[in-house]
Amino acid sequence: MNKSINSIIRNIKAIVLTGIVVTLFMGSTALAQVAPPFSNSIMKDNETYAYLVAERLEYTSITGSDPLAWDVQGYIGKSYDKFWFQSEGSSLTSQKEGDMEFQGLYSRTITPYFDFQTGIRYDLMYSRAENLSRGFAVIGLQGLAPYMFETETDLFISDKGNISARILGTYDLLFTQRLIGQPRFETNIAVQKVEKFGIGSGFNDVQLGFRLRYEIRREFAPYIGISWNRQLGGTADMVRLEGGKVSTFGLLGGVRFWM
Amino acid sequence: MEQETLPKEEEHKISRRKFLRYTAAMGLMAGMSSLLPAYAFSGFKNREVLSPKGNDNVIDLTISNEPVTIDGKKATATAINGTVPGPLVRLKEGEDVLLRVTNKLDESTSIHWHGLILPFQMDGVPGVSYDGIKPDETFEYRFTVQQNGTYWYHSHTGLQEQTGVYGPIIIDPADQDPVEYDREYPVVLSDWTFEDPYKVLAHLKKNGGYYNYQKRTLGEFFKDVSDEGFFSALGDRLSWGRMRMSPVDLADITGATYTYLMNGRAPGSNWHALFKKGEKVRLRFINASSGSFYDVRIPGLKMTVVQADGQNVEPVPVDEFRIAIAETYDVIVEPEDDQAYTIFAESLDRSGYARGTLAPRKDMVAPVPERRPRPKRTMRDMGMKMDGMKMNGDMTKMKQANGQKSMDMKQHDMQMSDMRADPVKHGPDHHGAGAASIAQWEFDRLDEPGVGLNNSDRKVLVYRDLKSLKPNVDTRKPGREIELHLTGNMERYMWSFNGKQFHEVKGPIEFKKGERLKLTLVNDTMMEHPIHLHGMFMEMDNGKGRFRPRKHTLNVQPAQRISAIITADAPGRWAFHCHILYHMEMGMFRVVEVKDQITEA
Repeated sequence: MNKSINSIIRNIKAIVLTGIVVTLFMGSTALAQVAPPFSNSIMKDNETYAYLVAERLEYTSITGSDPLAWDVQGYIGKSYDKFWFQSEGSSLTSQKEGDMEFQGLYSRTITPYFDFQTGIRYDLMYSRAENLSRGFAVIGLQGLAPYMFETETDLFISDKGNISARILGTYDLLFTQRLIGQPRFETNIAVQKVEKFGIGSGFNDVQLGFRLRYEIRREFAPYIGISWNRQLGGTADMVRLEGGKVSTFGLLGGVRFWM
Repeated sequence: MEQETLPKEEEHKISRRKFLRYTAAMGLMAGMSSLLPAYAFSGFKNREVLSPKGNDNVIDLTISNEPVTIDGKKATATAINGTVPGPLVRLKEGEDVLLRVTNKLDESTSIHWHGLILPFQMDGVPGVSYDGIKPDETFEYRFTVQQNGTYWYHSHTGLQEQTGVYGPIIIDPADQDPVEYDREYPVVLSDWTFEDPYKVLAHLKKNGGYYNYQKRTLGEFFKDVSDEGFFSALGDRLSWGRMRMSPVDLADITGATYTYLMNGRAPGSNWHALFKKGEKVRLRFINASSGSFYDVRIPGLKMTVVQADGQNVEPVPVDEFRIAIAETYDVIVEPEDDQAYTIFAESLDRSGYARGTLAPRKDMVAPVPERRPRPKRTMRDMGMKMDGMKMNGDMTKMKQANGQKSMDMKQHDMQMSDMRADPVKHGPDHHGAGAASIAQWEFDRLDEPGVGLNNSDRKVLVYRDLKSLKPNVDTRKPGREIELHLTGNMERYMWSFNGKQFHEVKGPIEFKKGERLKLTLVNDTMMEHPIHLHGMFMEMDNGKGRFRPRKHTLNVQPAQRISAIITADAPGRWAFHCHILYHMEMGMFRVVEVKDQITEA
């Protein structure tokens, strides 16, 4: 009885070993019977990329204020879905006063050239007198419009329910392959008056700029330029009341870089 | 025929000692000249090739990282047997071979035998035909050589092709070669960048125009104003601007980062080949580039195209030909004079060139031509019909392309003729966000050599010229048609078929084993795409009936509609993709499966 069990076990061992050997042998033969299972991830066509661009990082010479300004944005994500972040603001060099805004958006490719974006915005205004802040919900479209205009159109709803919008456009004008002129247009519009933040209803301002950059590398371009800002309507009235100027013209210099 | 080849018997009798001495000498030679293959040297003899050795007909290839010097600059390349390009692999039709590829890299690799008909397990595409070759592993490729002609081999892993993993293959015919020649040279065209190719890809992803330093400037605008008038120049800018396209989008990657190579040599290092006057010299051109199309000419010499993609064709005398990535063209030249000639391979966008010299003596060189001005694409490339453009055929006959599978036999018969097919209107599907444009009108374009070469008074090769020397065996008419649109978005650097990148598709394109089918490719982008099908030849439908040329790579011009007939006789899974390396990597890739039963007919 024991003997026969042993022999069976021995036989099983032999069979198993033979099986392993055969498997190894088959596995090592070049002409495997089947292809690897179908996979759509063998190309790197859905990788995550990270992009950061300082569109503007500049110093403007305006009598009395001389602000440092920045507009930095970027993304982390894939072709269709991205987390988009954005920060812009200015800070006076003459005194402790400035404003800044931060946006964190989900960005979805909806057409070949446009992304739909939605998320939050946080604003901070500071001065020696006080610090003010508020939050917004954001819905926007960002992309390349016909005739090669880079555009951003955003609709904001503040935590107090105030509605505002911003339209921004730039265009690249090539003087040479590396010397590039960039006209820039921006306007802000508000539905309600928000006195605390110095915002009237209707068109708040128009900002026009022209920057001339030289791309030492594609990623790194110092620039010089001019900017003209004009406050409008109720916003302008509030500025006048405070004794400020509603129209400012400045010479600027800065650097654009990305990575 | 080949003067410098030893007679067969003698070749086989080279003793082991002799062989070792010989390879050592070659190694030394290579060492001195920054790791170039034997055929990169002027004294190249045809026995200096890698032919199968021993009872098993073995060729050993080893892939490793090696320091190289290109254009005087040091870099690290991924080499095959220590050289870039890899050695010339010379096989004979009908023989069984064992190609052993050893990976000495610290990452996975692969070798694909481009254009060779073999079992799919031997095709060398990781994830499709096998799992690739892991570090320190050797993969044994065994197959019977079923064809002859000029082919090439390259890595199909990541972007290794860009860093040097490619080399030429010549297969000698079992019977007499219909092409007569006294001397031959492989001419491997490729491109090299000192940047990490993944960095190149990231640059393109973030800024599609990153490498284009030939954009239209304000200065060019004023030049156009003075040449053609203000409103014409402005109108042209506006119509391109409205489409958010640039007519000078010619190549994604340019001479701004590329050094263009001929047999591994930069222009300054001048690949040099010898001939005796009166000889028939066969030049086997292979475009092993990752991102460059070349326009090839030899000033002072007529070239006769005798083979395309390894398939013999009826001889076509030309002054110039465009070679798309992955294509091969064999030409015969017969220099009558005791002078040097420059082999000039200009990149399509004219941002650079590869160059070599054909001369009776080592010390002779010929002048290098000036590069031609960078060309511009036209509205026709955008799929627009232009007023005053004379079209072949009646406008009322324009047909609406109706979706994926249409097979109008009448239309098919019509295309059997040499007549240019009527433009076809694009269907209603605009392929989504992955496709920045569609070609409203899809043109035949078989009589057009391509951007920058059209309207030349010299003879430039066109696809219509290609006619197989031998009739094709399968005379069946195709039973169905598969239509695929080549799509992309330069701004986002996404490339795709039918607007879908590879990661978005759920399964292979299915061919029924044994079926005869028509594959129609429509290029909705404004760039050329060389489309390569593994495992089966595509008989290009260029009106040559049974003598349709068989191609492994079909270059599809912008807004072109081109068809090929395929016999699905190779069971298994095969890669199908754009051979611009970065387009493939960014999703212009599919798997074709040839199986007994297909899920949808």
